[in-house]
Amino acid sequence: MEYAIEMRNITKRFGKVVANNNINLFVKKGEILSLLGENGSGKTTLMNMLSGIYYPDEGEIFVEGKRVEIQSPKDAFDLHIGMIHQHFKLVDVLTAAENIILGLNESTLVDLKRVKKAVAEICDRYGFVVEPDKKVYEMSVSEKQTLEIVKVLYRGADYLILDEPTAVLTPQETRKLFSVMRNMREDGKSIVIITHKLHEVMEISDRVAVLRKGEYIGDIMTSDTNPQQLTDMMVGRAVRLNIDRPQSDAVSERLRVEHLTVTDIEGVKKLDDVSFTAFGGEILGIAGISGSGQRELLEAIAGLQNEHSQGTVTYINNGVEMKLTGMDPLDIIKNGVLLSFVPEDRFGMGLVGSMHITDNVMLRSYRRGKSPMLDLKYPHKLAQKIVNDLEVVTPDIDKIPLRRLSGGNVQKVLVGREIEQSPTVLMTAYAVRGLDINTSYTIYNLLTEQKMKGVAVIYVGEDLDVLLELCDRILVLCAGKVSGIVDGRNTTKEEVGLMMTHLGKPAHEEAKA
Amino acid sequence: MSIKNEPLIRISKRDGMATWKSWAVRIIALLLSLIIDAIIIYAIAGLNPLSVYKSMFDGVFGTNRRMWAWIRDMMMLLCIGVGLAPAFKMRFWNIGAEGQILAGGIAAAACMIYLGSGAVPNWLLLIIMAAASLVAGAVWGMIPSIFKAKWNTNETLFTLMMNYIAIQFTSFFIPFWEHPAGSNTVGTINSANKMGWFPSLFGQMYGLNVLIVVVLTVAMFIYLKYSKHGYEIGVVGESENTARYAGINVKTVVVRSMTISGAICGLAGFLAVAGADHSISVNTSGGRGFIAIIVAWMAKFNTLVMILISALIVFLEKGAIAIASQFQLSNDVSDILTGVILFFILGSEFFINYKLKFSFEHREGSKK
Repeated sequence: MEYAIEMRNITKRFGKVVANNNINLFVKKGEILSLLGENGSGKTTLMNMLSGIYYPDEGEIFVEGKRVEIQSPKDAFDLHIGMIHQHFKLVDVLTAAENIILGLNESTLVDLKRVKKAVAEICDRYGFVVEPDKKVYEMSVSEKQTLEIVKVLYRGADYLILDEPTAVLTPQETRKLFSVMRNMREDGKSIVIITHKLHEVMEISDRVAVLRKGEYIGDIMTSDTNPQQLTDMMVGRAVRLNIDRPQSDAVSERLRVEHLTVTDIEGVKKLDDVSFTAFGGEILGIAGISGSGQRELLEAIAGLQNEHSQGTVTYINNGVEMKLTGMDPLDIIKNGVLLSFVPEDRFGMGLVGSMHITDNVMLRSYRRGKSPMLDLKYPHKLAQKIVNDLEVVTPDIDKIPLRRLSGGNVQKVLVGREIEQSPTVLMTAYAVRGLDINTSYTIYNLLTEQKMKGVAVIYVGEDLDVLLELCDRILVLCAGKVSGIVDGRNTTKEEVGLMMTHLGKPAHEEAKA
Repeated sequence: MSIKNEPLIRISKRDGMATWKSWAVRIIALLLSLIIDAIIIYAIAGLNPLSVYKSMFDGVFGTNRRMWAWIRDMMMLLCIGVGLAPAFKMRFWNIGAEGQILAGGIAAAACMIYLGSGAVPNWLLLIIMAAASLVAGAVWGMIPSIFKAKWNTNETLFTLMMNYIAIQFTSFFIPFWEHPAGSNTVGTINSANKMGWFPSLFGQMYGLNVLIVVVLTVAMFIYLKYSKHGYEIGVVGESENTARYAGINVKTVVVRSMTISGAICGLAGFLAVAGADHSISVNTSGGRGFIAIIVAWMAKFNTLVMILISALIVFLEKGAIAIASQFQLSNDVSDILTGVILFFILGSEFFINYKLKFSFEHREGSKK
């Protein structure tokens, strides 16, 4: 049988790292194939070779039975292959229609009317909604993604690759995307969807191909499998899929946030009158579409948004209250506030990529002692302890720059450092982003351990399934406002999903509608 | 549907290289550059390359005097490189070493002229001169950093413009200090009593230059690597947000490090005036503030490695002059020769960080 796309014996290395090892993958005409694997298993790398971003070290690619060389995204377009990347490649100040024709050399004069008509046809055919005159910066994440898909369809793509398309969508938006994908399949297009979410695999795909650590594990028809089997294929051994959630009895007030408002440089309110209390002995989850004010909230508490924030933050330790308002991170440290913070942007904020583990471990504590010289012995010991306790894989703690370690090991160093400060309040932003299942569970267990020690843990997350299993309470943000706080044990994904997009707890009748 | 051939050469990043290997690559690059230079010498000038190389070597090391001139200039360049290290490590592009050198030079010359009558002993005068040039350089470095910290001005343009101000200041002072009258040059200051001149140390005229710069080099190495300030500089250079997160006051670090950077460059002006020229002119810095940027970058801000780099660069400079005069070559030819050597040495960094793959090397296995 002739396949739409066939990749034979593909190998790709980055330095010593083998991202793809001798992979054979085929895509049939008119099917939706899920490419499943943990983060770092080589899914995106493999697809990037189809879309012309990377070039394979070894192996061959066939399209409709013909051997092809794909050296650039333009080559891929010529072969009707289109990829929708996880990070959108759109020009913010241009309109939807302008983005669609960007880079196409159709003629010197751009006939926008004709483009709009063609776009409208595509939209009608598959059930998209795109406003051609809307500027990209005014669009929501879901609109941008739709635009990306329309863009590749306009260029005549018959083979579509979607890289983790649902990561940024609410459950409702995901459903819409899936119905569009089904329409495209009916139209004879072949679709590869990269994902690591099992329930989505089960829902949308015809067939699943699994990668693990750069190796091709196998493929299976979706109708013949179940999530447990897929997990085992993906991880390589049986993994228990639920998180322990013990109840702590030592619940006490640790952090009180009242009427916190953060405005950005342009005067836009990123956080609007947010109030809540975090208790020791509980994990308070924070849910919301990305960009709903999660980053601003944590940074404002950590003293990084002083110039732009109003409201009060009170830290409570053994019944003694202290106002953190107006304090910068140094004041917070000097006043003995035991506040730890795992920021979202690891190398942009929490760590220094060019420094080794020991130097990174002392980032928060290097001031210790009066000497103008650094004390290297204590951080070295601490680094050794973190590496041992959290099983960080590294050839050397004092030589290798942190940037050279894998994402999971980097995150272990960051979380380990913050926990080693014995905090009473521990804030984490997307603590498991980019990590494999095992490391993610290590992190969940560490956070639960801290909670049982009486620490108030604040967990900003994006995976609703995890939030629902891990957190005692969940605060839902919607466009910078508190949509509501729900009990993690008695809520549903649909309820939280709706609160993410609409302010306030939904009445049950509305939820059904 | 177009079917292309696979690319002939592909570039991929290396995952680090053993230290000995990277040095081997650099040495090979140096040898290759000498071979290419030999071809150029033979083809363009029709000379025997070996005799040209020999005269280059003789021109630098041939006599004790020449060798000490090499050491003196190398120390000067090293001093400026050391001065640039804290600024560059902080990713603060201090292009203003020229101006900072001149500021320090003016301060030192002023002290020499106004205090050089013998009223203060020479050792005290030297200390006053050193202090004055440190302060002058520090001020010259601090001004752009304050603007950067307060209003986020572009430090590259700001420090560059400060150079021209310093040059104009120097031109402004020359008429007041000119000697002999009407020459519009300052001439040799205190040529009679040698007040404010470096005394010879260990029997060497430039012994003090070496002592000062070597102490500075080692001190800066320790400061950047083992002090809390040095650690803060590294963090600020990598990411200001990380620095703020860690409670580091970014503005303080920027101003403090640039002040140190300017002060050391100012001290280089003192070395030039008191330890070498015994005069001041707009050419006192002589472009060395820019050459030192190459030194700092090639050494990746490691001040100990800077010793090697500045030794090489000054050797090339002096060698080029020697062959130009001995073989009556134009300066341009010797500039080509030194240019080739620098090009190869800088270019070798590419092969240390990346590797090349040729299409005919690997595909055999996968072809059926």
